Amino acid sequence: MYDVIVMGAGPAGATAALETSQAGLKTLLIDEQPDAGGQVWRAKSRAIISAPETEYSIAGDDLRASIRGSNVEVKYHTRVWQIEKNDDDHWLLGLQGEGQRQVSGKSLVIATGAQERVIPVPGWILPGVFGLAGATALFKEHMMVPGRRTIVSGNGPLLFYVASEILRLGGQVSAVVSLNSRFDWLKALPAMINNPKLIMQGIRWILALYKNSVPIYWQHTIKSVEGKTAVEGATITAVDREWRLLEHGERYIPSESICQGHGLIPAIEATRLAGAAHHFDEKLGGWVPTVDEFGRATVPGLYACGDNAGILGADAAPHRGRLAAKAILDDLDISATVNIDDKAYHSARKFGLAATRLTIPRAGFESFMTANTEVCRCEGISRAEIDHELKTGARSPNAVKSGTRCGMGPCGGRYCNESLTIITEHRTGKNRSEIGMATARPPLRPVHMDDLADDLDYDDLPIPGVSPL
Amino acid sequence: MMPIFDIAIVGGGIMGCGAALRLDEGGMSTIVLEQGDMGQGASGVNAGTLSMQIKRVKLMPYAIKGHAEWAAMGEAVGFKKTGGYTLAFNDHEAELLSARMTMKREAGADISFVTPSELSAVEPYLAKKVVAASYCPDDGYANSSLTGTYYRRRIEDAGIHFIERFKVTYIRRTSEGYEINSGNQTISARRILLACGGWMKDVAAMIDADLPIRARVNTVSVTERAPKLMNSVIGHATGLLTMKQKENGTVLIGGGWQGKGTPQQGRGSVSMDTLTPNLQLAGFVVPALSKVRIVRSWTGFEANVPDFYPLAGKLANNDNAFVLGCVRGGYTIGPYISNLMGDYILGKEPEMPLFDPARKMEEGKLI
Repeated sequence: MYDVIVMGAGPAGATAALETSQAGLKTLLIDEQPDAGGQVWRAKSRAIISAPETEYSIAGDDLRASIRGSNVEVKYHTRVWQIEKNDDDHWLLGLQGEGQRQVSGKSLVIATGAQERVIPVPGWILPGVFGLAGATALFKEHMMVPGRRTIVSGNGPLLFYVASEILRLGGQVSAVVSLNSRFDWLKALPAMINNPKLIMQGIRWILALYKNSVPIYWQHTIKSVEGKTAVEGATITAVDREWRLLEHGERYIPSESICQGHGLIPAIEATRLAGAAHHFDEKLGGWVPTVDEFGRATVPGLYACGDNAGILGADAAPHRGRLAAKAILDDLDISATVNIDDKAYHSARKFGLAATRLTIPRAGFESFMTANTEVCRCEGISRAEIDHELKTGARSPNAVKSGTRCGMGPCGGRYCNESLTIITEHRTGKNRSEIGMATARPPLRPVHMDDLADDLDYDDLPIPGVSPL
Repeated sequence: MMPIFDIAIVGGGIMGCGAALRLDEGGMSTIVLEQGDMGQGASGVNAGTLSMQIKRVKLMPYAIKGHAEWAAMGEAVGFKKTGGYTLAFNDHEAELLSARMTMKREAGADISFVTPSELSAVEPYLAKKVVAASYCPDDGYANSSLTGTYYRRRIEDAGIHFIERFKVTYIRRTSEGYEINSGNQTISARRILLACGGWMKDVAAMIDADLPIRARVNTVSVTERAPKLMNSVIGHATGLLTMKQKENGTVLIGGGWQGKGTPQQGRGSVSMDTLTPNLQLAGFVVPALSKVRIVRSWTGFEANVPDFYPLAGKLANNDNAFVLGCVRGGYTIGPYISNLMGDYILGKEPEMPLFDPARKMEEGKLI
């Protein structure tokens, strides 16, 4: 039995774990990756012996060293597949990995971060198409680029980070295709300006693009990905301010790979499975657990910190981890100091909100998906099939899911929920809050049956009384 | 402004929609009120098993008729007649199987016994530890996910009114009949039929009917697509396992293991304490399943009363108020018993007897 279990060893979760452990609480930190760092401070693959340091790799190495020097118990390579409360009102987590199948704790911190929103376009399932966030994992863990030439497309700051990293690692960028206009960025600047470090970083990214003569298409998007068995190029086109496709500005760009992403959304499956209340807040990236300023969720003993509680980015994450740790210590009546740098947190928060604002979905997303575009790639469900279901009476993502199998495959709807919701929004005229979310169901990730329990002795099965005759 | 309906049905599952279609055919103006999406309660989340071998003896004639209704719905509901085997793994279970299946056969089900080697020849992936087995060629399944889509379409095609996301807040008796309210919407009807499954007790209480309804929280799981592992519906002598592999390769695993929660708290939730043995049992019966991943587990509420027989009839103390639910094996029997209920409300003699909600109920024994 732990005092605190932290799910997710990114900057938010790991910081929370370090703080509660420092205060003397028996703390367990769980992550599915081989080491701490999360997506943003992801550790290099062990196969890479030496590599140039980056700001992210230094921050990640510091964090990993702090954890090794602390009393935090860790379980890496471990997935949580189920979260429930036991009869003593303690958290009980089902684990997938080597060793223990279940752990229990008095407090649970969920710091599962973000996932990527990718709006399907024709051809998006061809080999060679990556998510923007997926590409960053390639860079950080394996120092690989997606292909010889890459088109980088989407919105928000991640676009420019991905393009500059491809260049740094020796790849070519055929084009940067930004949904945001220069004006969108101009509007975002005042909120960002008090964070000179991040602004400088942005300037370095843009300069790298100019230095390499990478064309930047503002207020454009990929209309379709072209290729027979793999990516050969993409047709891009201009969009209006609502990101609806326009007739003009269409051109073909040859390329062997494409990175596209349309913003980050909070990864809320775990807080939902834990029974917390959620609400929709587009400023925070979508549906978020309803938490107080410290990250206390609506279920006693449950805390959320980091991007899964609203997309504020990596700089805000450690502060949010400390706030959650402070809440736990206060709730358990433990007097220990957690140093909270309010000023730094608020500056990071302001920056994060401005960056997220650039990615808030606009009405035009719906027009990216043509009738034949595959929306649910696990089950092969096209836009037309979803439209048909909505035209013939389905009024919610749950109803579409039941009727078509959209979202019923191995990914559990992680990839298509957003697209399905956007189409439902368009067809029913209802907003996100009214439409609601598809039902949260375990396991959080597909789990092998033999990972659930040890070998069975048939006579030991707890067989209850059989049904009435 | 809505007219006064001849009947308002609370609950848009198989029972409510089935009765609505019958009542509409009989000339009654009908409206269906559903708290969520049509057919997404127990009707839409159960394991979809259409097995004679797990039906109660006394309900067998209803199950046979219900099965025929599903067969007629066919492809639109994913109906498949695969045949089904029920397995026993020790002497105690074999005795149980022999006694129970003999009674069910006498009640009209086409059930026979097969030897382990006969079984093994047709279902080669089953564990070689089976000591006795029974077979019914009529067993099969339908895809419960399609219930909502199917019935919504039929209700719409018939021109029957229905309102989704209509969660009843109160019901008031008037000189005309009943007023049913959900927030800012009020529906008036001369008659009312409650067909709202696990939520029935609360709704009935709104018209002062105290029904002894409890809800079981049944767990169902589905795997990723797997190579062919079974051809038929597979059951266990205790009733604690049902399995079938769909045409797309996914395996659906049920058996009535109990999750947590109550209808009042919203959807129920899966409990590791019961899910684990449920899946272990599945892995024991089909060893190759242990290498397959579980993609989703969920629960659905199955309402019942102490004697585990249906509530299907008129409510005492209320004029023109009817109730339909708590049918053990309700997925199979639903399309048929809802026809009987419709006929009864229309003043016709139903083809088979209904089940008076006011009867004296003894607690059913688990044997």
